[in-house]
Amino acid sequence: MPEALRRTPLFNAQATLGARFVPFGGWEMPVQFSGILEEHRVVRSAAGIFDISHMGQLRVCGTGAADWLDSLLTNAIKKLRPGLSQYTFLLNDQGGVIDDLIVYQTDSDEFLLVINAAVAARDIEWLRSHMPTTGVVIEDLSPTSAALALQGPAAPAIFAAAFDATCPGRRTIQRFVWEGLYFSAAGTGYTGEAGCELFCAGKDVEKLFARLLAAGASHGIKPCGLGARDTLRLEMAYPLNGRDLLPTRSPVEADLALFVSATKDAVYPGRMVVESHLKKGPPSLLTALILEAGAPPPRAGYSVLAEGEKISDLTSGALSPTLGLGLCLSYLPPHFSNLGTQLEIEIRGRRFPAKTVAKPFYNPQK
Amino acid sequence: MTIPDTLKYTDTHEWLRPEGDRCVVGITDHAQSQLGDVVFVELPTVGRLVEKGEACAVVESVKAAGDIYAPVAGEIVAVNEALVGDPGRINADPYGEAWLFEIRPTDSSSLNSLKDSVAYTALLSS
Repeated sequence: MPEALRRTPLFNAQATLGARFVPFGGWEMPVQFSGILEEHRVVRSAAGIFDISHMGQLRVCGTGAADWLDSLLTNAIKKLRPGLSQYTFLLNDQGGVIDDLIVYQTDSDEFLLVINAAVAARDIEWLRSHMPTTGVVIEDLSPTSAALALQGPAAPAIFAAAFDATCPGRRTIQRFVWEGLYFSAAGTGYTGEAGCELFCAGKDVEKLFARLLAAGASHGIKPCGLGARDTLRLEMAYPLNGRDLLPTRSPVEADLALFVSATKDAVYPGRMVVESHLKKGPPSLLTALILEAGAPPPRAGYSVLAEGEKISDLTSGALSPTLGLGLCLSYLPPHFSNLGTQLEIEIRGRRFPAKTVAKPFYNPQK
Repeated sequence: MTIPDTLKYTDTHEWLRPEGDRCVVGITDHAQSQLGDVVFVELPTVGRLVEKGEACAVVESVKAAGDIYAPVAGEIVAVNEALVGDPGRINADPYGEAWLFEIRPTDSSSLNSLKDSVAYTALLSS
């Protein structure tokens, strides 16, 4: 028997708004409301709001917290200050990705880790098995917490109208109080748009959700599901853990060496492999490819061919609602990953021309 | 969910409307709703001979690709080319202008094996 799916505190509110639910990472989550294309477009043109309460939230605190996190994660914790955040990786001993996460420094000795739902239990087990005997406390906030993502060019204005406060800038995190409710908001997201992610108590999320929908009504805000979240993140070439990030691939192979510190002292798990990939070059590289207009939508698992020979599979693929072209990510041997390399994608037995392109596929800031 | 009385239906959510010696085929309102926003359509070539239940077209939404099966054996005699440039019509008007293809059945009695609207309604509620 599969384990029963969990529901977020926003389940009923979203069902009332017409959500269609699907299983995702052990949770019953909305895949869409009005439709994936409309939700995608509203995030690119105005604003959308997503329930991201399925993501795990961990509080790590204590005098040893910074050093301990530095010894487990790839990025340099010492670059952080209270109120800042960084994207980073938790690796296995082989240098493969267990999870990608954002670490927010919420106080001098306190951090909030936001982790992926599907691997949350594994992350926590891994962290606990590497705990020092003193100086660090981990608290799993997930059972009583919730989170929202407010994303889109109108998101800062909507946040300001809702809470009479300025939306936090990129990568910063701040605490807010509104009508007696406490929450944190951070200038992070998974769409490439302006906006923020709100972290709050599960009991307060429905009220914050309703407030943002009301404040955004004149901007045309819409509740959005995981379907649009997936196409939005793929246009940015942001990786999805479990698809594009794998326990068998290092963050250097994932083309995310920017989030790996080569200069810090701490020897995090997997560092030997990561250093070797940095020095000698990775054995594969997560590469962006686009299909020509008119080709069928690419999907994860389709084969990539070079001169008729299969060289890899797609880890992600979708027809871009913004660009109207098929977007793909695939781990390729590095010599195929140079920009402009002509390859083919096999779809239902037919081969369609594809070429490698720079990331992101689409830049909303331009 | 609309299920017109005038059409015949398959277990795989195609509809069929006899017109003279040919039949117009599309996907049901239920099928388009389950798929979500349709972004791509692949139609059979005119003149192709298909068996009953043979996959002969593909309708793809943002999230999924769905095979369309021939409701009866026969020859494809027309396809709705307008859908290729505007696949979203399948969501907007699945029983009207978003028909997929026309088929001339090898054996006109084969239509008798298809479901009527009452049986298709029962299938959806089972």
